[in-house]
Amino acid sequence: MVKKIVITGNHAAAYACKSAGVEVVAAYPITPQSPVVEKISEFVEAGEMTKSNTQFVCVESEQSAISAVIAASATGCRVFTASSANGLAYMFELLCWAAGSRLPVVMCIAMRGLGAPWTVWTDHQDAFSVRDVGFMQQFVESNQEIYDTVLMSYRIAEDPRVYLPAFVSYDGYILSHTMMPVQIEDDDKVSKFLPTLKPHTDLTNMGTRPGLNPVTPPDLTVRPEGNTPGYYEFRYSMQKAHENAFEVIEEAARDFAKIFGRSYGNGIYKAYKADDAEILIFAVASVASESRGVVDRLREEGLKIGLISLKLFRPFPVKYLREAFSKANLVVVFDRDIGYGYEGILAYEIKAALYPSENRPIIRGFIVGLGGRDITPEDLIGGVKKAVSEKDDRNVQLATHTDFIGLKLDQLGFKKGGN
Amino acid sequence: MVIKVKDLPEEEYILPGTRMCSGCGLQIAYRWALKALGPNTIVCNPASCSTVTGGVGGYTPIKVPVMYNCFETVAAHASGVSAALAAKKKDKEIVVVAWAGDGGTYDIGIQGLSGAAERRSNFIYVCYNNQAYMNTGIQRSSATPFGAKTTTTPIIGKAQVNKNMFKIMRAHGLSYIATCATGYPQDLFEKFKKAREFNGKGVRYIEILSSCPPGWGHKVNESVEVTKKAVESGYWPLMEVIEGKLVISNPSKKYIDKSKRKDVRKYLKMQSRFKHFTEDDFKVWEEYIDDLWKELGWELEKQGDL
Ligand SMILES: Cc1ncc(C[n+]2csc(CCOP(=O)(O)OP(=O)(O)O)c2C)c(N)n1
Ligand code: SF4
Ligand SMILES: [Mg+2]
Repeated sequence: MVKKIVITGNHAAAYACKSAGVEVVAAYPITPQSPVVEKISEFVEAGEMTKSNTQFVCVESEQSAISAVIAASATGCRVFTASSANGLAYMFELLCWAAGSRLPVVMCIAMRGLGAPWTVWTDHQDAFSVRDVGFMQQFVESNQEIYDTVLMSYRIAEDPRVYLPAFVSYDGYILSHTMMPVQIEDDDKVSKFLPTLKPHTDLTNMGTRPGLNPVTPPDLTVRPEGNTPGYYEFRYSMQKAHENAFEVIEEAARDFAKIFGRSYGNGIYKAYKADDAEILIFAVASVASESRGVVDRLREEGLKIGLISLKLFRPFPVKYLREAFSKANLVVVFDRDIGYGYEGILAYEIKAALYPSENRPIIRGFIVGLGGRDITPEDLIGGVKKAVSEKDDRNVQLATHTDFIGLKLDQLGFKKGGN
Repeated sequence: MVIKVKDLPEEEYILPGTRMCSGCGLQIAYRWALKALGPNTIVCNPASCSTVTGGVGGYTPIKVPVMYNCFETVAAHASGVSAALAAKKKDKEIVVVAWAGDGGTYDIGIQGLSGAAERRSNFIYVCYNNQAYMNTGIQRSSATPFGAKTTTTPIIGKAQVNKNMFKIMRAHGLSYIATCATGYPQDLFEKFKKAREFNGKGVRYIEILSSCPPGWGHKVNESVEVTKKAVESGYWPLMEVIEGKLVISNPSKKYIDKSKRKDVRKYLKMQSRFKHFTEDDFKVWEEYIDDLWKELGWELEKQGDL
């Protein structure tokens, strides 16, 4: 039954699991993700997930949560888990295992800063810190987008051209605990978009087999019956799967729009007032949604500015971004994260992506809002204006320090420019 | 009644040609366990020597599905497989086994095992206990017994006695717990049959004393003999806890009587890891065995079985 309800982002994720007919869920509570776990437990205990005979494994840690869903996925089930920050970090070894096993695990990250010191508030450090494990990574801006992206993620992850796990990341509190209207779709309609899982690995197919994930040597294993790949070939195929994912993601976004009437750009990025823009803001998730109003205000002041809100961070859509930024002469990147010792992660990723472009824009990065520090429109406007005024300043272009917006060092007695 | 050798199933689930050392006890145990469990078995296997049993690069001598996984996560993996079987309503016909070493059980995997045991995830957990991290080169574990030399207790030997995993698992209130040894494959066979019959009743825990020629420093043709000596000395009682009730298995029954127990020196002197032992070290072992049986005796008495 289609219904529009007002729910939090966490509950939107839980409803998406129900709509997707997830068969095995294992998760461990952590702020701000906990209500996902609670809601799914409620669905299971209330008998609302009997159609998929859903099993909720109430594990004792995040490490066990991800282990259990990996194993259940390898046993041919559609699976789900979710975590945040320290819990996500605790899963690290298994995240690599999920991707290396090429299992279509779908997982939500309710983003939160990583300790120490302790914080429960949002930034994007946790999601970016698992950049290279092999998962596909998506960022969203609204609760409806959480629900929709989880559904799309199953379709993409389970596509034989891909067979990769996927993250759907949303800001802690800003989405996780904020109520918004979300359309929950009819099961039949969902199954039109999302066919039943056809697993490439199902441990219940009994009989002789080489085992899943045995020790795999550096080189080919050569034998009369045929050669088997080395680790290197397996890992090459993971990279190829990421490359294949773009077309699958675009297909899924198109079909989703056709069936449900909602879309998020091309499924890869969302452009806002970008067509004629000379200045483009580049951001994800909460920072991107905050930037929309900022674009409107700066447009009123006569600035030709727009926004590229990145939805798909891995695989990194280099080709699409070169196109999206081809007419801009200034890109202002707001990172709610930092590659310590270098600069904002989105900033250095986009610099690398645009390096070979013909019309290479000036790219200026700022760090904002770590550990839930409020990001005001004025903060972002200030960043844009600074970037505009210093755009052609060669010294600024060559500077190697990282700019932070919204620090309150003065009030702590630090002198300007000091550290 | 102990099964006769002639009545054992002929079907092998581990074919010859594994990559184990000659005389490997774990392999004896693995082979007999799978004989008892049969073809409808899914194995989860963490990093350990038994990973190597499964072959390299697509060669395998194992005839049932095996999922290899991280060192510390086998109990959670087995929980996941078992939840998936429940979702697919195949949990009655297929049995799930977590097959881990002592490192993966006593040390790095204990949290996941305890969690699975408490929430009654449905699978057989096997710890083949060769009393050290053999796969990484014989380092000490919390299952390494007092005095044993390992590569991280290289000169004076281990200063502490091993953790009592049997008691820890009992504290979880499991439906079935058993100890086995590579010297008693028929006893092992029977216990795996029983553990399979308890399918649906949460975690069943079986611990096997598993000889290891390079790790223990005994001859490769003594892998059966050495754990027999362990049982005969009373050091490794073969026993079961069935729905909470302690049962001493037949081969160990007579050692309830202290006078029947053989000198533990016979066991220790077969192995170079104890070569440096002085009289004081032997005494620690004798006391360990006495205390062990004292406690078992009290319990048997309380149950009215003594
Ligand atoms: C997280 C992690 N830490 C360390 C290792 C290295 N490692 C692999 S197997 C092993 C020891 C295994 O010991 P045990 O469980 O007793 O099995 P055995 O090798 O003795 O059969 C270690 C330390 C690993 N694979 N993963
Ligand atoms: S080191 Fe020991 S446990 Fe490992 S394969 Fe060799 S004999 Fe078996
Ligand atoms: Mg060991």
